Amino acid sequence: MTGLRLAPAVQATRILGVGSFQPERVVTNDDLSKIMDTTDEWIRDRVGIVERRFADADLKLVDMAVFAGSKALANAGLSPSDVDTVILANCTMPTPIPNGAAQVADRIGVKGAGAFDLNAACAGFCYALGTASDLVRAGSARRVLVIGAEKLTDWVEPTDRANAIIFADGAGAAVVGPADEPGIGPVVWGSAGDLVDLISLRDDRWIFQEGQSVFRWATTQIAPIAQRALDAAGIAPAELDVLIPHQANLRIVEAIAKKLRANGARADMVVADDIVHSGNTSSASIPMAMDHMRAAGRIKPGDVALLIGFGAGLSYAGQVVICP
Amino acid sequence: MSEKPSEAEILEGLGEIVEEVAGVAPDDVTADKSFVDDLDIDSLSMVEIAVQAEDRFGVKIPDDELANLKTVGDAVNYVAKHV
Repeated sequence: MTGLRLAPAVQATRILGVGSFQPERVVTNDDLSKIMDTTDEWIRDRVGIVERRFADADLKLVDMAVFAGSKALANAGLSPSDVDTVILANCTMPTPIPNGAAQVADRIGVKGAGAFDLNAACAGFCYALGTASDLVRAGSARRVLVIGAEKLTDWVEPTDRANAIIFADGAGAAVVGPADEPGIGPVVWGSAGDLVDLISLRDDRWIFQEGQSVFRWATTQIAPIAQRALDAAGIAPAELDVLIPHQANLRIVEAIAKKLRANGARADMVVADDIVHSGNTSSASIPMAMDHMRAAGRIKPGDVALLIGFGAGLSYAGQVVICP
Repeated sequence: MSEKPSEAEILEGLGEIVEEVAGVAPDDVTADKSFVDDLDIDSLSMVEIAVQAEDRFGVKIPDDELANLKTVGDAVNYVAKHV
């Protein structure tokens, strides 16, 4: 009998660097109140957003992914040739064919990369990070560039007062590679496909949400999944330095933080609030928040952070990471 | 709860929940008050109130039923009927 050879496995992985990109155009609540029935106060009260960034017509999802991915490589001190795989988490490509990852890899300079898109909506980055970590551990990839990029404004009806105030554009990225000590904990992921209709496309064209039902799901079902991710990594809530939930709505972020604190997380745990100035950028929100918090000095290398994504599908995924 | 709560007990419990979720003084939470128009409670806070009421009273308040609970009295009656 002929045995098959396996790729050499590695024990542990970590995030080697992060980067992000946002379009230049800032859109304030007052700007939106000029084109729809809303106010600055109403938006701040409901979702906690003060301003967000919209991409102009000539700035594509793949452009933003290229910029964020290149910055993550630079932050890691690596060259494109140090990476062999690119995963592009997204749910807002303009068309299903071609995928985005192959062209993004080529433009960044990762020639001949293993490259694929991954759609788990707003949970996409955590799904992709877990996949990347396991690819490296299994020896299928040496280093993986994980990008979350979205152009949600292509899929939101511009005067829809429920959704146009929330969603925005941007990209975030992380480089995953081998490590001596574990820097990425086990991913805890899952889905609730029976609730698929809560977040969908109206007329196959515009994002639609059952707002109250989504809010109820996110504020009651996600904290227990976050706790499972902590348990999987062997981390007690009190050991958590940073919480970075998907930036869906500031009130959801705060509800998740409150439940984790009730479970023992510290009062001084840093909680991502990047949504205030970035809006909800779906799969880009977690790496973008991490990069912004790193640049602002709110998180430092070695901090223990919990990432938790959740959204359409419904889908969810989370893991504990050590900040690079 | 071993016994069904009285309507007065439900009202008192709702008052405490509304205070915690929305910062409304419990004395203002009376049966005739509209959650939205009188107590200035938005649709997302209504979900938080419903979730806490479910835990406290052991009832289910689905989102489509929640939309029908316009006043505090509507909520008291709903809980009393379903507990």
